Amino acid sequence: MTPTDANASAGTTGTVNSGTGTESLLRVEGLHKRFVTRDGPVTAVEDMSFIVAPGEFVSIIGPSGCGKSTVFNIIGGLLGDYAGRVTVAGETISGTHPAIGMVFQEESTFPWRTVIENVAFPLEIAGLAKAERLEQAAHFVQLVGLHGFDRRYPSELSGGMRQRVAIARTLASRPRILLMDEPFAALDEQTRLLLGDKVLQIQQELKQTTLLITHNLTEAVQLSDRVLVMTYRPGRLKRVVDIDLPHPRDSEVVSSDAFGHYVAEIWHDLREEASRGIQDAESQALRRSTAR
Amino acid sequence: MKAKAFWTSTPGARIFGILATLVVIGLVETAIRTGLINAFIVPLPSQVALAIPRIVAEESVLHRFWQTTQEIFAASLLLVVVGVGSGMLLYRFLALRLACETWVGALAAAPVVLMYPLFLVIFGRSATTIIMIGFAAGLAPVVLKTLEGLVGVRPVLINVGRAFKLTRAQQFRLVLLPAALPSVFVGMRLGLIFAMINIVGVEFLINFGGLGQLINELAERYDLPGTYAAICFVILVSIVFYVMTGKFERWLRPHQ
Repeated sequence: MTPTDANASAGTTGTVNSGTGTESLLRVEGLHKRFVTRDGPVTAVEDMSFIVAPGEFVSIIGPSGCGKSTVFNIIGGLLGDYAGRVTVAGETISGTHPAIGMVFQEESTFPWRTVIENVAFPLEIAGLAKAERLEQAAHFVQLVGLHGFDRRYPSELSGGMRQRVAIARTLASRPRILLMDEPFAALDEQTRLLLGDKVLQIQQELKQTTLLITHNLTEAVQLSDRVLVMTYRPGRLKRVVDIDLPHPRDSEVVSSDAFGHYVAEIWHDLREEASRGIQDAESQALRRSTAR
Repeated sequence: MKAKAFWTSTPGARIFGILATLVVIGLVETAIRTGLINAFIVPLPSQVALAIPRIVAEESVLHRFWQTTQEIFAASLLLVVVGVGSGMLLYRFLALRLACETWVGALAAAPVVLMYPLFLVIFGRSATTIIMIGFAAGLAPVVLKTLEGLVGVRPVLINVGRAFKLTRAQQFRLVLLPAALPSVFVGMRLGLIFAMINIVGVEFLINFGGLGQLINELAERYDLPGTYAAICFVILVSIVFYVMTGKFERWLRPHQ
């Protein structure tokens, strides 16, 4: 099944940027992943297809438990044993790939390294001389707005600053695709909005192709060119929403009518899925307590 | 408020520690002098202090101090190499871990010092026996805490390594080991304490080597002030190693 078919079958109303002839950097085709759990097999992701064009910022949004992180782990190469195909610039990938840089939801900086040493980590792996890697790392530290904190340890930074270090570290490996899994989930709303500005600024400066996994509506609309809405289990693509808000964009956009319209539109689709998720979680809890 | 801030500062805490020790020594001195503690069992702290220069001059205590220090240092090196290495192996090979972890745990509770006759048969009445018993006594906590540290590394850090396509050796050297260091150091400190206790104990038991042997000889001569003065040197060895380990840890983990 092609991405177009998948989106069409999911009742897509937004403009689908996945047709034949569209230039794609990342292509996900017919993704299907099933887990075996104590309660039996669970299909986490079913027949999911989409593409991401070069320089595009795409978000995948869905309720908790819909398989967003499974998609993240499969594309990032951390999860195997799935059906379907993931290609980067036409090359089918299996396992981790240098073209894909990952930023994780959990705090992932190395506490024993300073900010600059954290950011220089991928350059150290690449075998760059110390002076050169520190010079390059300094550029990325500056890019995420942490100039002056180079010699600080993560324990001396706030949660938002630590996530910026993680982003800078991933960017330092110069990935073609930046893959982020709810990187601001642990932060408060104000910090999240301001960090969103920083991410947008970086994305626009580097023309960085970015795929963001999130469950935050505001974040998805604020940052994205397109939002892919997922269904609750099994995770399928329900709808694609093109975000036609002007660029360059910043957090001021959240006060515009158009922004509110997009949030309402996505929430309309998401509400039903989120309700299913809650009902499912409640019935599972009930089944477990009855079984005891 | 100012006084509270002073006593909770590092110099204040040090002064408080010294004063508290002096008060306890003073109380013991008073208790012995008033007959609350039998002077034939516990010597006066003032007599112990006076015995220190005597045992330095007459019992070559500094030489024995150096001998015990060397034995402890050798056992510590073995603990780091074999203990940390074994912990890594148990982490790397699940089957080995499942087969051995309980046995290593049991070793931690075993009174290894009672096996000194076996060590004597194997290594003879020598420093090697003392070092090996110290090593055997301290091994279990080093292995177990190393394993605990490695198993407890946050999965996201391992995933960062995987995302950057680290080789297995790089993953170990650059992610797993640094992340496990806090726990490894706890194990090394515990192992060192067990090793020190057993080294001095075996020196005492087999009447060979450094401070333990001196304590044995002084006790047999019923030179109680001398015995306690020698014990002060054992405490000094302990302090030296504790400070050294702390400095080593701060060097390896400057972010702490």
